[in-house]
Amino acid sequence: MCEKPDVAQIWEWLGDVPDPEIPVISVTDLGIVRDVVQDGDGVIVTVTPTYSGCPATAVISLDIQTALRAKGVENITIKMQLAPPWTTDWLTRSGRQKLQNYGIAPPSAAGGPQCCPQCGSQQTEKISQFGSTPCKAAWRCKSCLEPFDYFKCI
Amino acid sequence: MDQNDALFRFLLRMGDSTLILGHRVSEWCGRGPMLEEDIAMANIALDLIGQTQLWLGLAAEVENKGRSADDLAYLRDAFDFHNLLLVERPNQDFAHTLMRQFLFDAWHKGMLIGLADSSDVRVSAIAQKSLKEVSYHLDRSRDLVIRLGDGTAESHKRMQDALDILWPYTGEMFVGDGVEASLSGIVPDPATLRFEWDQTLRAAFEQGNLVIPEDDFAHLGGKSGRHSEHLGFLLAEMQFLQRAYPGARW
Repeated sequence: MCEKPDVAQIWEWLGDVPDPEIPVISVTDLGIVRDVVQDGDGVIVTVTPTYSGCPATAVISLDIQTALRAKGVENITIKMQLAPPWTTDWLTRSGRQKLQNYGIAPPSAAGGPQCCPQCGSQQTEKISQFGSTPCKAAWRCKSCLEPFDYFKCI
Repeated sequence: MDQNDALFRFLLRMGDSTLILGHRVSEWCGRGPMLEEDIAMANIALDLIGQTQLWLGLAAEVENKGRSADDLAYLRDAFDFHNLLLVERPNQDFAHTLMRQFLFDAWHKGMLIGLADSSDVRVSAIAQKSLKEVSYHLDRSRDLVIRLGDGTAESHKRMQDALDILWPYTGEMFVGDGVEASLSGIVPDPATLRFEWDQTLRAAFEQGNLVIPEDDFAHLGGKSGRHSEHLGFLLAEMQFLQRAYPGARW
């Protein structure tokens, strides 16, 4: 019987659970884990969905359970919380950097990418507000001519 | 009307409208006129069906008879659906699909802004969540209605035809009944949404050279379960699996 892990330890473990659709960032980078509390023997993890129809949401809950169980945590309850609604403001600084390095332009309050994640040019144009997943828009770089994903600001 | 019954009915109106429109839009999947639009429509359908899970999930909770959101979606017949007539209109061409979307999105956004202020925190939470997604839907449908309305002679004609045909199905969105009247403070009076909707339309149609029909005749009935023949065909396809293999699971 191992010692009961504290909340900080659980947060750290959750920081290693990748987002199923963008595995370069974790569920904590994404800002969708809203709370972790101990509840008797178990733990309650509060998660908020990114987009209401995002199919990754169910997978994320399962991945969190699997990851914590592998660390010896039992009695894991995943609580879904809708309000306040998820916002891209909750992406962590390191999460934004990881997106950029991966080739996805991070969200920007200006409503479009700051630069092309491939070549760094600021000459970019929107192709479509809807992209390969609900959270992304399709953009194109006018300098290197490559299309790229932009993480929508919501 | 008992307030709990009224809330159940209202939640069906929301959830059934997003479900039926989500299904209609999903019919374009793999058939869009261009790749970007195909992807946009699949994404919008996904948002709408996601919102349906929330609305019908809450409806099931409010009803408290052991039914789930899936039971409500797949095991009711047409006369128990309370969606707007507008959303069951067939897709026809791209212009028609787009005009239907714009007329709906402009109403949907106003409705969600109203519901975000609901005194029922569950309703308000769903509305706040949906509102972010629907703002993107409206940006796209408005942009395309303007571009195609003000595009070629052919695209203009198709957009105007779509507006003429769909117009009589819009009035229903603003006609309230005992359901809304019993839910004061929880849901907005539908009539109050018309002004803002009208402004959104007029601004877009002015840029897109489109003319709103003069006749304000409105078909009614969808919100109380009286539907056009189109809904039955849609349900036959959407509900096929659960009807043929009751209780089948993914």
